[in-house]
Amino acid sequence: MKKKKQSRIILEILGIILALIWLSPFYLMIVNSFKTKREMFEDTLKLPDVFSFENYTVAFERLDFLKTFFNSVLITVLAVAVIIIFSSMAAYALSRRGGKTSGIIFMLFVAAMLIPFQSVMIPLVSIFGKLEMLNRGGLIFMYLGFGASLSIFLYHGTLSGIPKSLDEAATIDGANRFQIFWHIIFPMLKPVSVTVAILNIIWIWNDYLLPSLVINKPGMETIPLKMFFFFGEYTKQWHLALAGLTIAIIPVIIIYFFLQKQIIKGVSEGSVK
Amino acid sequence: MRNRNLWYWLFLAPALLALAVVVILPLAYGVYYSFTDWNGIKTPSFVGLEHYKALFAEEEFRDALWFTTKFTVVSVFLINFFGLSLALLVTQKFRTNNILRTIFFMPNLIGGLILGFIWQFIFTKVFASVGELIGVEALEGWLSTETTGFWAMAILMSWQMAGYIMVIYISFLEGVPQELLEAAEIDGANSFQRFYHVTFPLVMPAFTVSLFLTLSNSFKLYDQNLSLTGGGPYNSTQMVAMEIFKTAFVENAMAFAQAKAVIFFLIVAAISLTQVYINKKREVEM
Repeated sequence: MKKKKQSRIILEILGIILALIWLSPFYLMIVNSFKTKREMFEDTLKLPDVFSFENYTVAFERLDFLKTFFNSVLITVLAVAVIIIFSSMAAYALSRRGGKTSGIIFMLFVAAMLIPFQSVMIPLVSIFGKLEMLNRGGLIFMYLGFGASLSIFLYHGTLSGIPKSLDEAATIDGANRFQIFWHIIFPMLKPVSVTVAILNIIWIWNDYLLPSLVINKPGMETIPLKMFFFFGEYTKQWHLALAGLTIAIIPVIIIYFFLQKQIIKGVSEGSVK
Repeated sequence: MRNRNLWYWLFLAPALLALAVVVILPLAYGVYYSFTDWNGIKTPSFVGLEHYKALFAEEEFRDALWFTTKFTVVSVFLINFFGLSLALLVTQKFRTNNILRTIFFMPNLIGGLILGFIWQFIFTKVFASVGELIGVEALEGWLSTETTGFWAMAILMSWQMAGYIMVIYISFLEGVPQELLEAAEIDGANSFQRFYHVTFPLVMPAFTVSLFLTLSNSFKLYDQNLSLTGGGPYNSTQMVAMEIFKTAFVENAMAFAQAKAVIFFLIVAAISLTQVYINKKREVEM
């Protein structure tokens, strides 16, 4: 028993060392973001002489961070809301009516998950260009198109477990389909909605390629887009670039600390199903 | 009766319309364009299999395909090795369990573009400092040769995705009944035997999930490739996704790029369908 306890302690120490290694890129990024250009040139391993926030002030301004952050929030919130509303409705229709048509449509959504973005990207940009939809509205619609498949799949799985007798009882009470869905079914789907929201937020918040093709205009850039330009400009000025990267990451880390349990659970449910 | 169909189509319409316009229509157009001389503007005329013949003859595309394949094989192995090891580690009864899981998973919340930039700093500046400190010249210029660029990307991807795969393995490992392991221990099985004969078969489905997830993620990689090496030096670390992007939007060879994109689709679909097939087969066996 004593030997067992000892080996457990050794394993735990190993785990802690690995965790420190895992964190080291973030540590190095933060430490060096406080240095002057000269200090950075001399050595990237030691601590800065003075912790100065000057790099941060400059990077914050050049990134136009408040505006960029707002753009990211706007796109992510609207796109995720649209995905949740329309995917749950579609999954409800498919699971409640069933039949051959529903089966085929469901398979269509699932099969679409096999298609990588790069194989549709060129015609997609061309089609939306002709429709004059290369703007935020168009982008949110595209997120619905790309995001609906997985979300419908997740909702569909849960809906098959909710008895139809619930709907029938409500019909007898005189409720129509919209009322049944919004007042009875949708609230019951809350746990899946949380999973769907988490998966889609992580994806859309960090997405670079699609917005770079659709809303690549001054004043509209999301964080990844702005970061790409910012980085191109300051590639030889690591002290500013690192401060910029740190600013971009902070909001995500704060949210992660509050919601880590739900986030990890959501991701594992989304990938295992 | 008509009312019953009306609600059905109303509920379905937005998602179905989006899927049709955003995915299905572009895919259909894409396949059609790949057989034409379309350049984005003029009316396309048919050229048959010309692009498909040309793309396999093109060195740049073949190099990208070969690099992507090598990278995928190596990173699938590394990610799953680290992912499973971490999962086995943090399912021990540690006091620090939760914080360890939180840390290992963290990189997955940050976009590949930003992670690539952070590691560009590590590989160029920090590695150089460490090299100077311990007197190893091999640590300098890590992103300026093909071989070290390859390993730089493999390290970045293992660091990022191991925590993701860990989470998947954990959800299966925690489903292994404790009594079963205890019974095996009483019967005299050592920890390796317990893992191999009890845990392993029960965790088998997690292998398929993780294997194919890492397989298709590595094969489709774009953001990390763009921000870490940018495909350099001299396109030697350029992966297929980036090669397609360049052909289309830098060289403006739209139809040619689309033919490459169709090949890309066929490979990714083949990977995923293999997974579906294996899963189905196992369900039948069980």
